[in-house]
Amino acid sequence: MASNAAVPFWRAAGMTYITYSNICANLVRNCLKEPHKSEALTREKVHFSVSKWADGKPQKPTIRSDTPEE
Amino acid sequence: MFRQVAARILPRSIAAAARPFSTDVAAASAADEAFTEAWKKVIPNIDPPKTPLSFMAPRPPTASSIPSKLTVNFVLPYASELSAKEVDMVIIPATTGQMGVLPGHVATIVELKPGVMSVHEGNDVTKYFVSSGFAFVHTNSYADIIAVEAVPIDQIDQSLVQKGLAEFTQKLSSASTDLEKAEAQIGVDVHSALNSALSG
Repeated sequence: MASNAAVPFWRAAGMTYITYSNICANLVRNCLKEPHKSEALTREKVHFSVSKWADGKPQKPTIRSDTPEE
Repeated sequence: MFRQVAARILPRSIAAAARPFSTDVAAASAADEAFTEAWKKVIPNIDPPKTPLSFMAPRPPTASSIPSKLTVNFVLPYASELSAKEVDMVIIPATTGQMGVLPGHVATIVELKPGVMSVHEGNDVTKYFVSSGFAFVHTNSYADIIAVEAVPIDQIDQSLVQKGLAEFTQKLSSASTDLEKAEAQIGVDVHSALNSALSG
């Protein structure tokens, strides 16, 4: 189907809805007053580890973590 | 993320779920009965297991006359702000503009833009600033609003908003790639919406 509706500017720039939505949420969280702001920032923390597989074995993982290393 | 939120919208029933009432929507129990019949034919000795259908409360039926109140479920990924709350009206910030939802509203799905959502109950109005999300209005006057981040207006810090707006307006003029321009534009949109929420 050809695009008959005007796509939103962020999608035209190659961004997905989830990225857009997360950016909006982060900007709002950064504009909060103090006690709420620190609680909100804990919600932004992400921790994941991604590894590509080759020949049935996982390769070195990429770890993205906002929690301090123990 | 939205999958978890959808699970919260469905009302939880107690573990020892009662059998559906006979007055409930016929279509809902038919699936269960067909399964129990087939089970009994093959394995008559063991009780048929519960299917997911028996754990779900059936969808509230669409009343023949317009109900007097709108039931709102307002959920965030980390909390359920309003759960099956009966209100008179909600005004939601749809991408097409502020949209008022009254009981009996036609079924709609809207995408939300950063803006103010107000819940009107009698003479009380509660306002939230919503970062983005979706709203589903159903024929039976239930509205499900899901947002990633929603804060009461008084938790927003004016000076941070002004600073952010200035910063992103400056980034927008100096942006080079499409992606940078889009990010700066998002920043400008969100901060202007925050600004008008504080003043409006």
